[in-house]
Amino acid sequence: MKRVWVHRGRYLDSVFLLRVSRSLEALPGVAHASAAMGTPANLEHLARVGFVLGDAQSAGATDARAPVPDLSAPVRPDDLVIAVEARDADALRDVEESLDLLLAARPSGGVAAESLPATLSDALREDPRANLALISVPGAYAAAEARRALRRGLHVMLFSDNVPVEDEIALKDEAVRRGLLLMGPDCGTAIVSGVPLGFANVARRGPVGIVGASGTGIQEIASLIDRMGGGISHALGTGGRDLTKAVGGRSMLAAIDALAADPGTRILVVVSKAPEVSVAERVLARLAQTQKPAVVQFVGSLPQEPRGLVVFADTLADAARRALELAGLPTPSPIGAHEAPFSAGRGPLRGLFCGGTLAQEAWVVLRRGGVDVRSNVAADPSHKVKAREDVAGNVVWDLGDDAFTVGRPHPMIEPSLRDEEVARAVADPTVGIVLVDCVLGYGAHADPAGSLAHAVGRAAEVGPAGGRAVLAGRRPAVVASVTGTDRDPQGYRDQRRRLEEVGIRVAESNAQAAEWCAAFLVKHRGGEVAA
Amino acid sequence: MNSRSRVDDLLRTDLRVVNLGLRSFADSIRAAGGQATHVDWRPPAGGDSGLAQRLEELEAAAGYGWREPIASANAAAVGRLLAATPRVVGIARADRVIPGMTERTVLHAGPPVTWTAMCGPMRGAVIGGLLYEGLAATAAEAAEVAGSGSVRFSPCHEHQAVGPMAGVITASMPVWVVENEAFGNRAFATLNEGLGKVLRYGAYSEEVIVRLVWMRDALAPLLAKAMRKHGPLDLRGLLAQALQMGDEGHNRNRAATSLLIRELAPHLVRLTARRDDVARTLEFLHGNDHFTLNLSMAAGKCALDAAADTLASSLVTVMARNGVEFGIRLAGTGDRWFTAPAPRVEGLYFPGYGAADAALDIGDSAITETAGYGGFAMAAAPAIVQFVGGDPEMAIDTTRRMGKITLAESLAYRIPALGFRGTPTGIDALRVVQTGILPAINTGIAHRDPGVGMIGAGLVTPPIDCFAQAVRALAESIEEAEKHNAERGEESQRTQREE
Repeated sequence: MKRVWVHRGRYLDSVFLLRVSRSLEALPGVAHASAAMGTPANLEHLARVGFVLGDAQSAGATDARAPVPDLSAPVRPDDLVIAVEARDADALRDVEESLDLLLAARPSGGVAAESLPATLSDALREDPRANLALISVPGAYAAAEARRALRRGLHVMLFSDNVPVEDEIALKDEAVRRGLLLMGPDCGTAIVSGVPLGFANVARRGPVGIVGASGTGIQEIASLIDRMGGGISHALGTGGRDLTKAVGGRSMLAAIDALAADPGTRILVVVSKAPEVSVAERVLARLAQTQKPAVVQFVGSLPQEPRGLVVFADTLADAARRALELAGLPTPSPIGAHEAPFSAGRGPLRGLFCGGTLAQEAWVVLRRGGVDVRSNVAADPSHKVKAREDVAGNVVWDLGDDAFTVGRPHPMIEPSLRDEEVARAVADPTVGIVLVDCVLGYGAHADPAGSLAHAVGRAAEVGPAGGRAVLAGRRPAVVASVTGTDRDPQGYRDQRRRLEEVGIRVAESNAQAAEWCAAFLVKHRGGEVAA
Repeated sequence: MNSRSRVDDLLRTDLRVVNLGLRSFADSIRAAGGQATHVDWRPPAGGDSGLAQRLEELEAAAGYGWREPIASANAAAVGRLLAATPRVVGIARADRVIPGMTERTVLHAGPPVTWTAMCGPMRGAVIGGLLYEGLAATAAEAAEVAGSGSVRFSPCHEHQAVGPMAGVITASMPVWVVENEAFGNRAFATLNEGLGKVLRYGAYSEEVIVRLVWMRDALAPLLAKAMRKHGPLDLRGLLAQALQMGDEGHNRNRAATSLLIRELAPHLVRLTARRDDVARTLEFLHGNDHFTLNLSMAAGKCALDAAADTLASSLVTVMARNGVEFGIRLAGTGDRWFTAPAPRVEGLYFPGYGAADAALDIGDSAITETAGYGGFAMAAAPAIVQFVGGDPEMAIDTTRRMGKITLAESLAYRIPALGFRGTPTGIDALRVVQTGILPAINTGIAHRDPGVGMIGAGLVTPPIDCFAQAVRALAESIEEAEKHNAERGEESQRTQREE
């Protein structure tokens, strides 16, 4: 039994709606529930799964915002659409009753929407000293809001993705012209003066300034620096496309300049996927100009000799270690080629990642270690596979890839997508090693390790090899790293313990986890390693 | 400002964030000890990218609000609205005072509508009006006359008048004369007939006509005489008091009606009239809580008319419904109506009635919201939120929300529950489209069939499309004026050079 409700002119953000959908699905007798804005894409998706908008029910009378839903008018992007498939009319009635409460404009302890400013300009009237706009509205509206913010003298972190590259370039030029910093679009992570923006960890303050085109790359470095006893001044994001030839590192160069001028920053760290050569040269030249020691980690690039004050790191963990070294702080010795501290069966490796850069780094480390491994984020075409493609051998999946997240939340916010894959892999007798990440911090799920441990624990019980023996003994081994700090809301130590309790081996860093796996695979299956 | 220093400042001073989009990000920032202002963001212009683009072009380059000439025009227009001082100056026959009123003119609520297109209650009211004027002897004849083309239908609003529900005004009806002392303009409204079988709900049975005749021949003359003794009656003061006594000036008029009785009673008693006629007059006023609704509407109309015709202003000067269409007008777009299908009212029905019995939204009474009270002053009248199943918090939320689409706060009308802040006043059509927040209108619900009367009350919002059209027209007129000015500028430069 299917039903659709439409609340006219009621806009709620996607993360909030995600929670509503989840809560509705948890009601007895509800098979499927989706709360989403009436964008053409969402409506199309609903139609595909068999919901007919013509049968929609109007929203309840207590919805002050849309007292007169007129269903003859087409549904628009600012209309809220709730589609539910339930066992029977009673279940649908329960849904209807729960809806008002779930959608209440007055979240417990929060402020009523009525007293919140309605636009960016209104917010500035409320706080004239505001200096940064954090924008995470849908991509189609993001550029206009960013432009508005820049014109009002605000620095911008543009979390939204799906912003056309022409808009990105125009916005970045406007920012430079106005002497403002524009991070993004598609900038997931920043830490400014200790304040986490987007997906970010709570790291100790210190002398290391980070500029990154990669969100989880920044998170891994910042977390490791914190856990090794160091601290960071600021971590500035640029957005994933900044170092492409078209955008030319506009944000990266501005951020480097900013950290160069910042007296609190003594050492710079730059992290990105391997950029286009001319852009990389421009970035290196700008770093040289700063006269401050710098560490560069181009994930997937070949190791390079130092150039003046600029040194090159092999991995994200190596970048963190070198930054501490430059800061004159004691550092753990570089991680050598260890014996893997676990044993596993002879099946292939399944890398199942929430963080894109972490997935890519894992792939790079495995390849460097001599493992034949494919990935949807592989840098070289011969090892690249499409998301969801059937791969028999070793493979590393970035499950944050759009192809996986259609109609599903990003696994960093809501790890069920990833944890289902993990459960499947753990229960699969042909799999040898499951390699995962676990990203903490603000923006991330409240208990990612708990969710992961639960999935692994349950799958192991029902696994063909039976019970705990699966994890403790032969196969498949689950190897993880945790990106986060003890100051994060989830707490690094607690989260790590949750994983270890179910027999997951936790490495000190993402790179180390991959190195362990490479060492094991090479030692035990020399024949399978590509030449 | 040195361009480099702004980024340096960011890294050296405390971070203060404006958060647009995911609310959880603002919560995170605060939880980590940072400062964040979360914006209740929604897609501008309801997701219509062309219109959103238009709006962006009209925004001020920096700071808050709209660019010139809109900003100044709006300040001027809302300044006149706030400065209005409506006073009742008397009661007169409609054709003696209403501009353009003739023997064969029937004024009606809302935007223009033809006889054939009229909804049930309005047709009924027109029939009743023609019977009352003696232009027809039977209902059938009245319908024939109405359809014959010999009667001119025209919106009240185009004649400085306003009428609740069907809003029918005919030549011999007595009307309140309300004058805006500050600006000298006048507005007119009929005397309220009460509830039940009444003309404004489309009833035209004998008792309706008899009552109208009594109102014309007995009630109006007495009230007019009492008014003369009383002298001009300050409506702004009366409404301001009523708002502090639980009225909002649209759906609840009990306090205002009581106050009016207090003002008029001594003068009525002193008239050389039959005691029984005076008593009947007072009883009639006492028996109709909505007696002052028509005055509060006329007060709004004459305040808003003073702000009309302000070039480039996006101030809404009219919101009115004829039961088929909802129409609005802006100060900056002259006489143009922007219309869309009338919405259904959401509310509570009297026992025995339901949504299937209801007419679509109808009446000029939304002039009260347009002028800054009615639904906009909901926080002053928590009792009426019961009609929409709400609570006192919802009343306060509604008034606060209206503050986001209005240009000013009233200087006269203040709300105790909000620390005596002024009611949100002067709807900015641009803000409505930008934020998607629609004006909240308190209103009665008419039965769809003529003559049944009021069957409930509730809350309604105008169709956004009225505002979208109005904003497009305003933007075009501003662009045209600017193009024209630019061309003239070039021309004069050329002339100067030639000289």
